[in-house]
Amino acid sequence: MTIKAQTTKPFTFIANCIANRIANCIGRYVFSRDHRIIGLQYFFLALTAALVGSAMSLLMRLRLAWPRSRWPWLETIFPGGFQDGLMKPEFYLAMVTMHGTIMIFMVLSVAPQSAFGNYFLPIQLGAREMVFPRLNMISFWLTLASFVVLMSALFTAGGAPIGGWTFYPPLSAVASAGPGQDSGADLWLISVGIFCLASFLGSINFIVTTLTRRTKGMSLARMPLTCWGWFTTACVSLLAFPVLFIACLLLFLDRNYGMSFFKPAGLVVSERFIEGGGGSPLLWQHLFWFFGHPEVYLVIIPVMGVISHVMATFARKPVFGYRTMVVAIVAIGALGFLIWGHHMFVSGMNPRIGVAFSVLTLVIGVPSAVKTFNWLGTLWGARIRYATPMLFAIGFVSLFVSGGVTGLALGQTALDMVFHDTYFVTGHFHLIMGVAAVFGIFAATYYWFPKIFGRKMNEAMGKTHFWLTFVGVYAIFVPFHLLGVAGHPRRYADTLWFEFLKPLEPLHVLITIAAFVTVAAQLIFVANFLWSLWKGARAGDNPWEATTLEWTGEASNVAGLPPVVYRGPYEYSTPGAAKDYSMQTEM
Amino acid sequence: MSRPLAIIIWSIAIITAGLFAWPKWRLPESVSAHSAAIDHQFKITLIVIGVGFTLTHAALGYAVWRYRAKNGERASNSSGNARVEIILAAITGLTFIALAITGQRVWARLQLNQAPPISLVDAVRVEVVAQQFAWNFRYPGADGKFGRTDPRLYNDADNSIGARPGPLGIDSTDPAGKDDVVTTTLVAPVNRPISLTLRSKDVIHDFYVPALRLKQDAVPGMKINIHFTATREGRYEIACAELCGKFHHQMRAYLDVKSPRDYEEWLKKNGK
Repeated sequence: MTIKAQTTKPFTFIANCIANRIANCIGRYVFSRDHRIIGLQYFFLALTAALVGSAMSLLMRLRLAWPRSRWPWLETIFPGGFQDGLMKPEFYLAMVTMHGTIMIFMVLSVAPQSAFGNYFLPIQLGAREMVFPRLNMISFWLTLASFVVLMSALFTAGGAPIGGWTFYPPLSAVASAGPGQDSGADLWLISVGIFCLASFLGSINFIVTTLTRRTKGMSLARMPLTCWGWFTTACVSLLAFPVLFIACLLLFLDRNYGMSFFKPAGLVVSERFIEGGGGSPLLWQHLFWFFGHPEVYLVIIPVMGVISHVMATFARKPVFGYRTMVVAIVAIGALGFLIWGHHMFVSGMNPRIGVAFSVLTLVIGVPSAVKTFNWLGTLWGARIRYATPMLFAIGFVSLFVSGGVTGLALGQTALDMVFHDTYFVTGHFHLIMGVAAVFGIFAATYYWFPKIFGRKMNEAMGKTHFWLTFVGVYAIFVPFHLLGVAGHPRRYADTLWFEFLKPLEPLHVLITIAAFVTVAAQLIFVANFLWSLWKGARAGDNPWEATTLEWTGEASNVAGLPPVVYRGPYEYSTPGAAKDYSMQTEM
Repeated sequence: MSRPLAIIIWSIAIITAGLFAWPKWRLPESVSAHSAAIDHQFKITLIVIGVGFTLTHAALGYAVWRYRAKNGERASNSSGNARVEIILAAITGLTFIALAITGQRVWARLQLNQAPPISLVDAVRVEVVAQQFAWNFRYPGADGKFGRTDPRLYNDADNSIGARPGPLGIDSTDPAGKDDVVTTTLVAPVNRPISLTLRSKDVIHDFYVPALRLKQDAVPGMKINIHFTATREGRYEIACAELCGKFHHQMRAYLDVKSPRDYEEWLKKNGK
């Protein structure tokens, strides 16, 4: 058996595990230092987390659509979260917090960067491994530990924290401020702290690998745009995650060791005077969003790379404006650090600073718009092959535009005063960093599945999955914006208490139905994934007739000569060439 | 696959644009002096958004429809067009920056005039104190001065403790506090500037009145000033827009905009 076969088929792994020594198996597939195994471990972690996070969103949708209905069978599953069959508001808020945290950290930060990045960065660079394989393994296990700690918050006495994934103190700093704000909140801070550490270590690996392990001929200007995405994201992570780590540490000290970084003097919570003080709740917001805004870019930048990569392959055309795309990615990564204040226009921050943040926020729209034009430019004059990865890539462009344009309203200070903390914001970020990024993850999965597992995913199931999901997400998130225009605040457990919200209830019912259908459609994806592992059509080395190094048919980390690169990454439809694609390794 | 996809893309664009153009989904009624300017800015922004959204989806649908693979045909080898890229970037850049700058005018009028301008000299001053899960409003009374407060005197539940039992921790030793009026409804005279000072007892709340187009966090440890002028009499809902705990969704109060005469009468009846 060749090394390649052993490492590319998980079911051969399992067979081997049983046949061979278990210890050997654990060394190779559990505590693995192989970037491909680690990439897959990250992928399955993200997939699990995505299913959990989606299930939580459905629980939230139940209460929003039918706030007075009783769900006794759910009470048997979550005895602490329900009373007489009615969902408690604190359970709803715990789901809000956990859904946000799981999706942002465990899914969107993990799948595009850590999962696909680990698997494909070394291969696409022609490197044999990440520079620090042991560090890579540690990063994964820290991430898994972070997920386990986060989930354990659900099982504490008070339940999971209810402060939202933004975790604003003093609500999050004082245990008596609400159910779940006791040990649940401590576990949240520990979990996110561990995650920061893992991401920080991972980013060092990505940066050093990109800078030092490119094979002969692989100049920076010949790197696929995916590599540019992963590299830029790693640079952003390197600077952003330590700040969140420190913020979590300080808040943990506030909560448990009598410190007062974020607690002002004179707090009275639940009729009790809180000793100490002198801290600033706004300090947390500055630290959090100094991380939190770059965070949304470190979700979307690797996805942008994937979309360009997939789009060139199926358009059979070079990427339109490769250099502009690189400049735009780097510009977005850099500008992403200068606009965190747009989350804080109405926070009590000096409104003059808001003016600067507002202008910079609209400026970052320019490289994002340029990327959109260049994706359209890539399609212009193309000969598009409509395979499932391409459908998701095109769907991404649509969602990216739809989610992006509303940023023009939210980025303006005066309009943000209207829309801040309403469903308009929720709709905006779910489209642009939620489902747009998820479409990128799907495009990547359908695209690279043949490389990873040697088989193609089923096209009929893939296309059904695409149609239902594409229409479904619009049916969910366009109404979110309408709720926002009508003034509906986010994170409300129901609409029963306000006259201006009551007429909006039918929209909640519609959204909930769309959400159930759309989440159910994801089971098609799961089924397709499992089915294709065994029964998928066998893919050759280069099923999509693509150009980059992952399709040369050589495993990257086997002994032997590394590939030599002679061409740019996207040489499609070159006039006069025999084929309509030229691989990077072709002389 | 190309045609159904193009049709879906166009349909989504038409339906979405249609929903936003449909009068049913408008901003709530507006009753403040500054809201017309905000609504106007939103309208302009919505038009820019609508044009960008529609044109991009039209182009995406067109490319999807038109450029499907055909037997043996090769795609264009074009790898970019600097002139097109620069022109498009310049157009979007100018549009976005123009929006950012025009959007600041309303903001400046509302927020950058922290020291009360002339019109605010005769403003009604009200202190807003947020707490889990209620709004309190304090008027300075006849002397025009707010009494000193001390968080240690906060006392909602048991009125037997504390030097002078009172809802907002008003210090009884300060004569300025004797005539302070504390209510749970914000009563305001129509067409007169109202200057609010926002405070919070416990966690961050957000003073949100959809009809006023006004939203501002109330942060413990900070005093944040905002001002507005209500232009129509009536009763409007005040909500909390910053997650503040398990009953966040129930944190409701009312803004009662009265005629000047009714307001004076109310003040007399409630003042001491």
